[in-house]
Amino acid sequence: MSDQAIDEHLRKAYEHGWVTDIESDTFPPGLNEEVIAALSARKGEPRWLLEWRLKAYRHWLTMTEPSWQKPHHEPIDYQSISYFSAPKSKDDAPKSLDEVDPKLLETYEKLGIPLAERAALAGVAVDAVFDSVSVATTFREELGRAGVIFMSFSEAVKHHPELVKRYLGSVVPIYDNYYAALNSAVFSDGSFVFVPKGVRCPMELSTYFRINEMNTGQFERTLIVVEDGAYVSYLEGCTAPQRDRNQLHAAVVELVAEGNGEIKYSTVQNWFPGDEEGRGGIYNFVTKRGICKGRGSRISWTQVETGSAITWKYPSVILKGDDTVGEFYSVAVTANRQQADTGTKMLHVGKNTRSVIVSKGISAGRADQSYRGLVRVNKGADNARNFTQCDSLLLGDRCGAHTFPYIEVKNPTATVEHEATTSKVSDEQVFYLRQRGLSEEDAVNLVVNGFCKDVFKQLPMEFAVEAQKLLAVSLEGSVG
Amino acid sequence: MLEIHDLRVRVGDVEVLKGLDLVVRRGEVHAIMGPNGAGKSTLAKVLAGADGYEVTGGTATWDGEDLLGLEPEERAAKGVFLGFQYPVEIPGVSNAYFLRTALNAIRKARGEEELGAPAFLKLLKEAMAFLEMDDSFRNRFVNVGFSGGEKKRNEILQLLVLRPALALLDETDSGLDVDALRVVSRGVNSLRGGEHAVVLVTHYQRLLDHIVPDRVHVLAGGRIVRSGDKDLALQVEAHGYADVGASA
Ligand SMILES: Nc1ncnc2c1ncn2[C@@H]1O[C@H](COP(=O)(O)OP(=O)(O)OP(=O)(O)O)[C@@H](O)[C@H]1O
Ligand SMILES: [Mg+2]
Repeated sequence: MSDQAIDEHLRKAYEHGWVTDIESDTFPPGLNEEVIAALSARKGEPRWLLEWRLKAYRHWLTMTEPSWQKPHHEPIDYQSISYFSAPKSKDDAPKSLDEVDPKLLETYEKLGIPLAERAALAGVAVDAVFDSVSVATTFREELGRAGVIFMSFSEAVKHHPELVKRYLGSVVPIYDNYYAALNSAVFSDGSFVFVPKGVRCPMELSTYFRINEMNTGQFERTLIVVEDGAYVSYLEGCTAPQRDRNQLHAAVVELVAEGNGEIKYSTVQNWFPGDEEGRGGIYNFVTKRGICKGRGSRISWTQVETGSAITWKYPSVILKGDDTVGEFYSVAVTANRQQADTGTKMLHVGKNTRSVIVSKGISAGRADQSYRGLVRVNKGADNARNFTQCDSLLLGDRCGAHTFPYIEVKNPTATVEHEATTSKVSDEQVFYLRQRGLSEEDAVNLVVNGFCKDVFKQLPMEFAVEAQKLLAVSLEGSVG
Repeated sequence: MLEIHDLRVRVGDVEVLKGLDLVVRRGEVHAIMGPNGAGKSTLAKVLAGADGYEVTGGTATWDGEDLLGLEPEERAAKGVFLGFQYPVEIPGVSNAYFLRTALNAIRKARGEEELGAPAFLKLLKEAMAFLEMDDSFRNRFVNVGFSGGEKKRNEILQLLVLRPALALLDETDSGLDVDALRVVSRGVNSLRGGEHAVVLVTHYQRLLDHIVPDRVHVLAGGRIVRSGDKDLALQVEAHGYADVGASA
């Protein structure tokens, strides 16, 4: 698209009275090129980025929603969504904890979250109670000394446009899939991390420290790059359920690891899953992909998912460099009417590449869960190795678990192993533990936590502890 | 004191216990012997509160309080401990974590303070040393991949850590080699005297050589048909159950 055309668009938008709407904090619902141009203008983006967005949008128009996956949902009306809301808008946030769903507050209490943080998580304007600005600043200074760039995506576009331009869309191209194309067109904000050559990031990075930017949720964009020999561990989200009015979430996360670089990406995701009947939950359609670009690099995804009404996500790794390693450790819990369709893709391109997949699915109530994993070994990927362990644990008789392993091997020297088990929390186990003094609920939780051990041990310590508590809360009432 | 009076229990359509009487005082060790299928494990499980056993009559009390109406964990908090004939595996849960969780659950239920990690570790290490257990059992998953004998020894480890008021040990001796038998017996004997009551279910005199019982009972046909001192066990060993008035 030519500059002239863009200017034309912007002018049109102006003519159509956008200026008043742009002044306000939230756009009216609707999606078209004018909206995207206005969004980009509002964020003060460079022209190349607007062009990129529009290219994605036009491609998105030619695509149809994927329909092959297991979860069912009502069709989403993309014209009824508002595509811009200023991050710090407090207009639709509750003014005090009194206005927050008591059920949510009860859950925070069970998780042992301090009051100030509870307020922040619930979306109450927190500046007064929680000094997030100074927390963020302290971290940024320490990171700055190490040479690590960690900021919101919008800031990165302003301060490091050359880095953003080089890597944005390099792992998840705009054509990738329906939700990724939509995200590319309308993404609001997200996180940007860059760790230069040889630097080990001195702390775990977490969006949690940027709590003030949490309202950027709906179309989040994250980009993490580690240069040669650099390392970062990144924790996404927080372990408490988030109040969120957006029904649809279509995030994109891109990871790039150069030679011998390593990225550990952990998610403990706990969106509001909807009530017992499945009302009010979030649709979580996320594209997460990493590329092990340079020789010897390593990317590992660890996720604990207990939220969302519908989850659809497949964190994947492209093992491009020789001797690279991709890992995927996942615990997914579905209870009540939740549906989850998750899994991973490991694409072996380079020689001597290795991948490990450990997926633990827990279903309770009338929930339904599918694991879908693709392991592809390309022709040139000599001596590629994959090991997949896929376990399902059922609580009760009305829930389901399904596994769909897809294996495509085009190189005869590859070794691909797949193991799958389905088990139940047995009455004998529960009685044994109760005989030793545990309540029925604690007994079930202990068995469930044991089942998740291989994944939890991949998480940073505090995160693992919180993940355990979270599991207990999620499964509450599923016992018996 | 454990007092069981006229206890009747059905499993499915079968009446397994048909009016059983038994009294075990604190400080005493009683052995229960009896033919296969007589109802020994049923008795132990009913006292511990397992599902699937229907009490159709009679009473069982501990220190005068009814046991049968309580949840299994409430009985555990009152000091009832069942050493399982077939200990259960809990994958992914370390022995140490499990035991600490159990101990603290019981302490909490009794209104006692929970034991911190260092104090617990000390207690656990001492108990393991006493039972000549390798340190590796601390972090191994509960009973997973344990040999038969190791599982039994692990039950006794739990016994030593929890130090229950009433220990019901169901064939803890079966599957043990001679050395393990000696060690396990030492564990049980450490509860002797004082406040603890112990009920041993066993088929073999060799256990009773190490843990000399105060009383021996023969359970057959759903009732205690003979009771006596330690010599009754020798008599059973020598002549079988028919000779002591119990038809197998
Ligand atoms: N869950 C069950 N379903 C059906 N029958 C059962 C069940 N549990 C116990 N029984 C029956 O009850 C009777 C008593 O069983 P129990 O296990 O108490 O015997 P036991 O005296 O411990 O025998 P052993 O010396 O072989 O351990 C047996 O006939 C057994 O088959
Ligand atoms: Mg038995």
